[in-house]
Amino acid sequence: MTSGSPGLDQPLFLPRERLGALISELQSRGYIVVGPVIRQAAIVYDELYTVDDLPRGWTDLQEAGTYRLERRADEQYFGYVVGPHSWKQFLFPPVATVATAVATEAGWNVTAADGRDAPQFAFFGMRACELAAVAVQDRVFIQKDYADPIYKARRDKAFFVAVNCTQAAPTCFCASMNTGPRCTVGFDLALTEIDDGFVVEIGGERGRNVIVALGLAAATNDALRDAEAARRRAADGQTRSMPTEGLRDLLVGNPNHPRWTEVAERCLSCTNCTQVCPTCFCSSVREVTDLDVRQVERRREWDSCFNFDFSYMNGGVVRNSVRSRYRQWLTHKLATWHDQFGESGCVGCGRCITWCPVEIDLTAEVAAIRGDVS
Amino acid sequence: MTKRPSVAVFKFASCDGCQLTLLDCEDELLALGEKLDIPYFLEATDRREPGPYDVALVEGSITTPHDARRILEVRQQTKFLVTIGACATAGGIQALRNWADHADVLNAVYASPQYIASLATSTAIADHVPVDFELRGCPIDKRQLLEVVRALIAGRRPKTPSHSVCLDCKRRGTVCVVVARGVPCLGPVTQSGCGAICPAYDRGCYGCFGPSVQPNLISLTTQFQRQGTARPDLVRGLRLFNAYAPEFRRECDRLDPATEEPR
Repeated sequence: MTSGSPGLDQPLFLPRERLGALISELQSRGYIVVGPVIRQAAIVYDELYTVDDLPRGWTDLQEAGTYRLERRADEQYFGYVVGPHSWKQFLFPPVATVATAVATEAGWNVTAADGRDAPQFAFFGMRACELAAVAVQDRVFIQKDYADPIYKARRDKAFFVAVNCTQAAPTCFCASMNTGPRCTVGFDLALTEIDDGFVVEIGGERGRNVIVALGLAAATNDALRDAEAARRRAADGQTRSMPTEGLRDLLVGNPNHPRWTEVAERCLSCTNCTQVCPTCFCSSVREVTDLDVRQVERRREWDSCFNFDFSYMNGGVVRNSVRSRYRQWLTHKLATWHDQFGESGCVGCGRCITWCPVEIDLTAEVAAIRGDVS
Repeated sequence: MTKRPSVAVFKFASCDGCQLTLLDCEDELLALGEKLDIPYFLEATDRREPGPYDVALVEGSITTPHDARRILEVRQQTKFLVTIGACATAGGIQALRNWADHADVLNAVYASPQYIASLATSTAIADHVPVDFELRGCPIDKRQLLEVVRALIAGRRPKTPSHSVCLDCKRRGTVCVVVARGVPCLGPVTQSGCGAICPAYDRGCYGCFGPSVQPNLISLTTQFQRQGTARPDLVRGLRLFNAYAPEFRRECDRLDPATEEPR
């Protein structure tokens, strides 16, 4: 915790009817506030204009291959978990121009993206697994030898309003990945929703500056107790888990396990799991020209290890089967990510389970490999 | 470039929609006219000049003995032959005749079928002559067509993506209609091209761009049956513009054992 009056770093209480004031405060400071909204029968992330844009009174029912919205019995603002979108679409945009080149008499005039025009986002309603996912992508995009300027500029400006989960979906397994459900680091402000409002924790100087403008009182002991009970529901409600003990060696040591063939019979290699994953970072870069080839845009787009062309090198495609592509994805995500970045690439959000059209569940795949081996 | 590349446009059995996509390049049309010599394009001009041509854009499928001969002549006159659209690349919607009795169809449609000279099948151009590049779709996508033209002007090979429609849905933020609504959608087994239009309007993908690379049809249709879609509906879903593309053809025949063996 950074310096400041210790009193301010006690949790505060934000009455439910003043949630909109927090959004307005962020907007008045120049942030584009992005948060959960209902679109196309799901809760996704898009710009919030007012508090009424939030999916108040809705929840999500999730299982492998299924997602449905349903009315809640109460009027909670954050009574659901995570949907098909993640914050990666704002920090690592699906399509981005990394450079442009214009032919001149003196040669090519090249301009590389430097992030100078990066939008200033406030992410409203980030869950613990999502804070963890951003930390994972931070290591990929800005903490290694080469920093990505597009990601870095957006990341540096972004303000994080976290929300502690107060329930779990059957697809959630953040507790076993040790990434949640409690938001502990990486936020500017963290809310826990209780009956009449929110307990607000302050993550640092930037969060304090924003919340102080709302003139809130300290949270009462009753409110703190209710918040703790609400957070415990999210932890206790988790039914899925990913045992991580020895997981890296298990996957790296079993490239020829028959389960890879079995899962390949179901896998569509459609890329959905990698696109909804908040940590998957693969992209491809191509040049788009005008008819004269006088103006060239170097365009980066989300790509996936499940694409046939993705492993194309001179002479052919390296991973020329669904089996090899699924194995590549799961082994990288859960095993060789440790070798590359010193941690797992999975945060236990469960998106790849819910949004797989044929219900493939990575926890079941790992369990099958583990069960047959040990 | 000293000489403009010559591009001829030919039509076989088709609706002309793919040729229209070329004319629909409104912003680029004047520049295209400057960059390309277009000696033969009946939908746009009555200019008819003989080959040889640098490039032929071929729309439509082969459905008559006359067209089966004509495509050989086009191939002989062409350096780089590009098929455009589902008719040319897979036989088109008219390939549904491949599952029917030809004489029955002729009698049902024409008052005097004795004057009709047609083949019993509708087949892709590649079943008749070697094809250098194919642009899928019903209709083709303007951006992909322009990629072919740009490549042609620059003297390189065109490149179009082979990934599934799902990736396009995700890039544009569309919510999956299969998972969120239980709508059967061919997106996971269909090649990219249109930009994933239908799911953005809450509809399943119709498979206009044909099978993606190594598509897992059996897994997807098994899942849709489990979610309540009847087999005949799945067969109808696959028997559309790309019904006779090998992967779609095999799967709809597998799902419909009552079907006569296609010719």
